[in-house]
Amino acid sequence: MEAKFHFPDPSVIKEELINKYPAKVAKKRGKSIVINDPETVPEVQANVRTVPGIITQRGCSYAGCKGVVLGPTRDIVNIVHGPIGCSFYAWLTRRNQTRPETPTDENYITYCFSTDMQEENVVFGGEKKLKVAIQEAYDLFHPKSIAIFSTCPVGLIGDDVHAASREMKEKLGDCNVFGFSCEGYRGVSQSAGHHIANNGVFKHMVGRNNAPVEGKFKLNLLGEYNIGGDAFEIERIFEKCGITLVASFSGNSTVGAIENSHMADLNVILCHRSINYMGDMMETKYGIPWMKVNFVGAESSAKSLRKIAEYFGDAGLKARVEEVIAEEMPKVKAIIDEIRPRTEGKTAMLFVGGSRAHHYQDLFSELGMTTVAAGYEFAHRDDYEGREVLPNIKIDADSKNIEELKVTPDPELYNPRKTEAELEELKSKGLEINGYQGMMKQMEKRSLVIDDVSHYESEKLIELYKPDIFCAGIKEKYVVQKMGVPLKQLHSYDYGGPYTGFEGAVNFYKDIDRMVNNPVWKLIKAPWEKEAGSLEASYVTQ
Amino acid sequence: MTTMKTTAKTATQNACKLCNPLGACLAFRGIENSVPFLHGSQGCATYIRRYLISHYKEPIDIASSNFNEETAVFGGSHNLKLGLKNVTQQYKPAVIGIATTCLSETIGDDVPMILKEYRAIMGDAPLPIMIFASTPSYQGSHMEGFHAAVRATVKTLAEKGPKSDVVNLFPGMISPSDIRYMKEIMGDFGIPFVLLPDYSQTLDGGPWAEYHTIPPGGTTTSAISSTGSATASIEFGSTLEAAKSAAGYLEEKFGVPRHSMALPIGIKATDEFFATLERLSGTPMPEKHLDERRRLVDAYSDGHKYVFGRRVIVYGEEDLVISMAAFLHEIGVVPVLCASGGKSGQMKKRLLERIPGMDELGITTREGVDFVDIENEAETLKPDFLIGNSKGFTMSKKHELPLVRIGFPIHDRFGGQRLHHLGYRGTQELFDRIVNTVIEQRQNSSHIGYTYM
Ligand code: SF4
Ligand code: SF4
Repeated sequence: MEAKFHFPDPSVIKEELINKYPAKVAKKRGKSIVINDPETVPEVQANVRTVPGIITQRGCSYAGCKGVVLGPTRDIVNIVHGPIGCSFYAWLTRRNQTRPETPTDENYITYCFSTDMQEENVVFGGEKKLKVAIQEAYDLFHPKSIAIFSTCPVGLIGDDVHAASREMKEKLGDCNVFGFSCEGYRGVSQSAGHHIANNGVFKHMVGRNNAPVEGKFKLNLLGEYNIGGDAFEIERIFEKCGITLVASFSGNSTVGAIENSHMADLNVILCHRSINYMGDMMETKYGIPWMKVNFVGAESSAKSLRKIAEYFGDAGLKARVEEVIAEEMPKVKAIIDEIRPRTEGKTAMLFVGGSRAHHYQDLFSELGMTTVAAGYEFAHRDDYEGREVLPNIKIDADSKNIEELKVTPDPELYNPRKTEAELEELKSKGLEINGYQGMMKQMEKRSLVIDDVSHYESEKLIELYKPDIFCAGIKEKYVVQKMGVPLKQLHSYDYGGPYTGFEGAVNFYKDIDRMVNNPVWKLIKAPWEKEAGSLEASYVTQ
Repeated sequence: MTTMKTTAKTATQNACKLCNPLGACLAFRGIENSVPFLHGSQGCATYIRRYLISHYKEPIDIASSNFNEETAVFGGSHNLKLGLKNVTQQYKPAVIGIATTCLSETIGDDVPMILKEYRAIMGDAPLPIMIFASTPSYQGSHMEGFHAAVRATVKTLAEKGPKSDVVNLFPGMISPSDIRYMKEIMGDFGIPFVLLPDYSQTLDGGPWAEYHTIPPGGTTTSAISSTGSATASIEFGSTLEAAKSAAGYLEEKFGVPRHSMALPIGIKATDEFFATLERLSGTPMPEKHLDERRRLVDAYSDGHKYVFGRRVIVYGEEDLVISMAAFLHEIGVVPVLCASGGKSGQMKKRLLERIPGMDELGITTREGVDFVDIENEAETLKPDFLIGNSKGFTMSKKHELPLVRIGFPIHDRFGGQRLHHLGYRGTQELFDRIVNTVIEQRQNSSHIGYTYM
């Protein structure tokens, strides 16, 4: 990648970012603010608890468990055990889409169930109310599955959601009821909740149905949550290529598909952070390898398809994939040719998620834009530096609290899909089998990598770099825009999308063009534009 | 779509209320140079910020004491003190508004005690004013949190002093546009006033020529101090009891008379509000407002033919629903169901005061309901349209009922923070929107394509 942007001295910027903090905080934040070098990949402090009183964009583990991982599966009834707010705030907010096969098929995504704990439940315990709520949900819908999510007060008053779930599962007979201890105070961010969700889905859902799945090239799509219809575009491409999608974890998914997912021969992982545990556990128990792919970006999608074809090693599939790419690319190319002259040389910053800050850099480089600074909200070191650092990650008190399931090969179902030698060969061809390189090797030298960027730091960054676009979420949106810089929401996509695959790439190029080249920004004087004059003045000069 | 049966139920499905500290954070945002602070896990603060931001479309910082597993077990004293220190250093606020969450309430943290310790530790260092409101969500909803925060603010800051001409206005949870309009009215009467909380600028402001850690605007602490010596307080909210309100506190503690009234929506309620202002100021209603009133009456007579006899379900906070229902009754619309997730136990009683014949007219109320209950009612009540916040959209879509959006939250339309609801002006806006909703529905359902309606 050739640098089109002249990077300011990053050490000066780093100093600027932390010099207003109290000494102790400055020291701590200094370890999470790193000047990148793709060759040596410096260490980034990540997944450490936010200091009280420092405003973070992070959510809680309940948000990661219920909102992110379990939320998108349409036929599970999710009951939030706790007071009303936690449930209300996680109601349909992530814009996960789903497409039931028929209009009468179950879809509970729009429902928001809560035990709505009252004082007497906090004092005398809420298990009884929880069981009644489960019974009511069952009577109402007769769902295949009911999942229970614990919020903070539940853990403290000692309600045993697992026992209540077991009891109700037995009582109801034909409904799989299971619970999650995902209280918000566990772990440092939503990331803890992802892990808890992975464990629960693996324990209670995966492997319940051994019916064979038809198809020659069968895979599961992991870490794709169908925001803005992303999964639909990937499904379209798979279908065109003749690849069978057994289950998706969890965008546009069903209980049935997840229960059957161990019949696939490959797991492809999009969001490494939220679902890598599942990949590992399925590999150990069933012998299904996992492979990191990226369907954000047209080039990246083509590359990922080629990797999948390479994995299956089938000449017919390889040929078909090439045909599909050849068919899809000209449309993409035409749009790029039109837009790129307007975006070339512009700069972007991405502070979002546990994988998006990495993936979306591909789309920006397709537009000729440089990512000058990036970081995740709730990722771990391996997402930055690559999985090779896993053995060196210190386990702190927060991560120790999250259960690590002991997984062993299934006596009947374990079946390594590839031999050791085959895997080695695939790796030598550049396939990331059971591996992930992380974000930093792809970013330019002297760019900045910042974990859990604070409010204060992002404002400073804007002032110092004057980026053309800032990617984050709605919590950051309006403060960034007050400073005259457009903010692209990469959680909800500003209600646009899809952005995956070929059609998604086109959507994204157009949206970014509209944002960075929008005339409204000329009307807002940003703080550093001292010479530009007032709002009135910029009207006059136009 | 999945169909559902009507059952009496224990769980809440699709809630029609928000949680307690959300209201408190909103109120604290209306104090100048203040930072709201939640004592609990960071998740609540993040969710509440995200939620408020999606309505107001403005930056909203809410700090938290960031509980972890040990804090949850051993108490949050250390985290709270550390958090306060960090917020003070970063923001240099005049006020930190602290509200509890379910978590800190469940473990029983004694926040006033912790604050006392904190002050002692900090010695002579200048500290921001710390206001504390107890807001467990397992008691009450966001409205209780809002009022608790306003009351706590007054309790912390109001001082005794020689009687002044100041009138306190505690309008409750109204839109930034409504706040600006209330200030305009007070100004037009020439009444010196303190309006609390005033988030009309902090939650609906312009671009920043320079970076602000805390957005400009809000009621000043000195103004709040002066509420204790005011000549009177006006407080909106039909179900708001003196024992839980700011004006109630000022009356009890400083003898400032409390004028409690319904949110002024509709001509009758607004007349009462203006009459109170006339009495307190000794000034007759300024011509400008008389004029707005005349135009509104004129609009009523021009538009009544469209809306008369229409049936509507109105939902949301109890006080808003009561005032809306009275207004709807005034224009001949029948609010067949007045529903709220709140449960003050007073809704029926208060509404009866405004519409004595409500039972005979087929007007019903229900407290403590969720959207599934409302939907079930809709099946038998067969309303023509719905009035309430964005959360009713699912029901509106499913039953093909138009939705007139009012109040909070509005996150599926643009400009919710700029809607007027109160006074002659707000009523005019509401009336126009309601009439147009009915007209639009009629126009769309005719296959001829009339352009005159
Ligand atoms: S725990 Fe309580 S305060 Fe926090 S989001 Fe849930 S209901 Fe609201
Ligand atoms: S109470 Fe706990 S689970 Fe609920 S939002 Fe707050 S941090 Fe998350």
